[in-house]
Amino acid sequence: MLTNAVRVVSVNNLIEVRNLVKHFEVSGGLFSRNKRIIKAVDGIDFEIKAGESLGLVGQSGCGKTTTARSLCLLDPKTSGDVNFYNSESQKMESIDEIDDEGLRQFRRNMQMIFQDPYESLNPRWTLKDIIKEPLDIHNIGDLKDREEAVIEILKTVGLTPPQNYLSRYPHEISGGQRQRVSIARTLIMKPKFVICDEPTSMLDVSIRISIMDLMLNLAKELNVSYLYITHDLAVARYMCNRIAVMFNGKIVEIAESEELLQNPIHPYTKRLISSIPIPDPNYKRERYEVNYDELDKIISNNPDKKMIDIGNGHFVASHDTKGFFIET
Amino acid sequence: MDNLKNEKEIAKSLRRKAISKNWKLFKQSRLGMVGLIIVFFFFILSILQPILFLTGIWDQGTYNPVVGYVDQTQDFLVVECPKEFPTEKYEKRTDCPGRNEVNIKTLFYSDGEVGETIQLNLQPAPPSRDHILGTDSLGRDVFSQIMEGSQVAFLLGILSATLGVGISTLLGTIAAFFGGRVDAYLMRQSDLVLMLPTLPLLFIISAFAELKIWHLAVVLGTIGGLGGSVITIKSQALQVKVKPFVDSARITGGSNMKILFSHVLPNVAPLALLFMVFSVTGAIASESVLSFLGLLNIEMSWGLMIYLAQVEGYIFSGLKFWWLILPAGLSVTFLTGGFYLVGRGLDEVFNPRLRKR
Repeated sequence: MLTNAVRVVSVNNLIEVRNLVKHFEVSGGLFSRNKRIIKAVDGIDFEIKAGESLGLVGQSGCGKTTTARSLCLLDPKTSGDVNFYNSESQKMESIDEIDDEGLRQFRRNMQMIFQDPYESLNPRWTLKDIIKEPLDIHNIGDLKDREEAVIEILKTVGLTPPQNYLSRYPHEISGGQRQRVSIARTLIMKPKFVICDEPTSMLDVSIRISIMDLMLNLAKELNVSYLYITHDLAVARYMCNRIAVMFNGKIVEIAESEELLQNPIHPYTKRLISSIPIPDPNYKRERYEVNYDELDKIISNNPDKKMIDIGNGHFVASHDTKGFFIET
Repeated sequence: MDNLKNEKEIAKSLRRKAISKNWKLFKQSRLGMVGLIIVFFFFILSILQPILFLTGIWDQGTYNPVVGYVDQTQDFLVVECPKEFPTEKYEKRTDCPGRNEVNIKTLFYSDGEVGETIQLNLQPAPPSRDHILGTDSLGRDVFSQIMEGSQVAFLLGILSATLGVGISTLLGTIAAFFGGRVDAYLMRQSDLVLMLPTLPLLFIISAFAELKIWHLAVVLGTIGGLGGSVITIKSQALQVKVKPFVDSARITGGSNMKILFSHVLPNVAPLALLFMVFSVTGAIASESVLSFLGLLNIEMSWGLMIYLAQVEGYIFSGLKFWWLILPAGLSVTFLTGGFYLVGRGLDEVFNPRLRKR
C-alpha cells in the first residue's frame, strides 16, 4: 500500500493526504427519493514534502480540481485525512482536529492560484486592495507595512514600477499581468503550500513560459511547495518533481517526473504520454489505445486499491486481485 | 514619500479617466441623454421654487401652491336674455351677455337681480404675465403647483426607490449567498409579494390609514423591495458568488460577512442602481394614481391637480381649461419617461453586451 510504503516518518512532509474521498449527491428531483452519488474523488493518497512540487495530471472531470478544493476546505470532504505540518508545534496536525488558531495558521500557509486570470480578481477592487487582501483578513502589520509589502511583492513578480499598478483595476492590465497579480496575492503571506489550478492554461503560449519560470524561481526563493494541477504532461514535467496521474477519482500512477515519462507502466499513463504531440510533421507517435469504459469497469470492480512499488519511488495501481494491472 | 505622492496622483488621474470613460459611454446613448435632460429640467424646477420664495421674487401670499390667492375680479352687470332671437342687440343666443355683462343663469356662486352690478371671480384664469401657466379655480398659481409637485415626485421616487433597492439588494445577496432554507423562504416570499396587486393593496391601506408622502414611500419601497427585484438581484449575486475571487478570499480565511460586503455587494451594486432608476418611475406613477383618486393625505401633487380639475368638472370641457390638466399630466409623463430613459442609458454603461461597437 502506498501509505505504508512511503510513510517515511519524517517532519519533512508538508502535507499528507490519506484516503481522501469526496462524493457529490445528485438528487433526482423534488419528489424522487433515489439519489445518485458521483464519486469525484474516491480515496486518494499522496504527500508533498516541503519545497517539493507535485503535479496532478489527468483528463478533465477526473477529480483534480475537486481534490484541490477539498484540500483547501472550500468544499468539505466526505471522508479521509488531511494532515498539515504546523511549524509552531513542529508536528503534523489533522485539519479536522485543529482549533481556530490552528485553522488560522493553516489558512495563512495555504493559498490557491486559479485558472482564469480574468475571473479570479475582483473587478471592482484596485490591484493594491486585491494583493493586500490576505494581510487585511489576517490583520498583519499596519497600513503602511501592508503597502510596503504590496510594493515589495509587485517587484518580486516583475510588475515594475509598482506605483503604476497600485491603483489600477484588473481590466486595465493584460492576462499575463493579471496572473502575475494573482501570484503576488498568493505569495504575499509567504505561504508554505500553494495549490495551482492550471494557472497557465488560459494564457498565451508566449506568456506561459515566463509565468512558469516566475513560479519556479519564487518556489526556490520562498521555499514554497506546489500542488500543480494540469492536464499537460509537458507542463507538469517542467514544473514538478513528482507527478501523480489521476483517472476517475483515483491516483493510478505516481512517480518522479522523469521516471514517469520514461517508464510509464499503467495503461492510462501510457495513453496520456502517447498523446503528447511531437513538433515534427514527419514523425507520428504511435498511439497507445485504451478502452476507458473497460478501464473504468476494471477499476470500480476492484475497490481494493493496492499500489505496487516498482522501485525508485514509482507506484502503480493494481486493479485485479492478483496484484497486477490489466494490460489492454 | 515621493512614491506615495506619485501613486496618489496616478490614482486620481485614473479615477478621473474612469469617470470620463463612463460618461462618454452614457453620452453615446442618445435616449439616455434625453432622459437626463428631462430629469435635470424637473430637478431645476423643484429647487427653483424655494429659491424664488427665499429671494422674495415670489411672495407667499400670491404664489404659494396651496394657500396662495390672487384677487382677480371684475364687475359685471346682470342682464336677462330676451326670449326671442335674433334681436338687434344679440344676433346669436350664445352672444346673449355682452361685454361686462353676465347672464343670470351663469351666476352660480352669488345672488343677483337683473340690473344689479355684481363682482365676479375670474378664476381659473388663463396664462398671463404674472401667472405663466394661469391659475386654478381657487386662484392658486399652476406653475408653482407644478414645481411643488415635482418636489413631491422627486422626494417620493428617490426615497422609495432607495428603500426598495436597499431591501432587495440585501435580501437577494443573502438568498444567493446562504442558499438552502433562507433562499427558499425569501424566494417564496417574493413570489407572494409579486402576486399581490400593488394598487388595490394601496387602496385598502389608505382606507385604514392616512397615507402621507413618507408613508407612501415606505409602503411602495417595501412592496417593490420584496418583489421581483429580489429574484433578479439574487441571480446576479449567484453569478458573483461562484467567481474564483470569492473562493480565494474564502481560502485565505475571509468571514462570510466580509465576503458578502466586500466582494458580492460591490459587484451587484450596478444592477441595483439600475433597478433603482427604473423603480423611481413606478413610484411616481403610483403616487399620481393614488392622489388622482383622492386617497392620499397630501397638500399638493401632480395627481392632485388633475384630481381637482376633475372634481370641479373642468376636465370635461375639452381643452378650454387646458392649463388645469395638461401641465400636470405632461409632467407625470415626462418625468417618469425621463427616469426610464436614464435607466436605459445606464443599462448600456453597465451591461457591456448592449454597447454598440
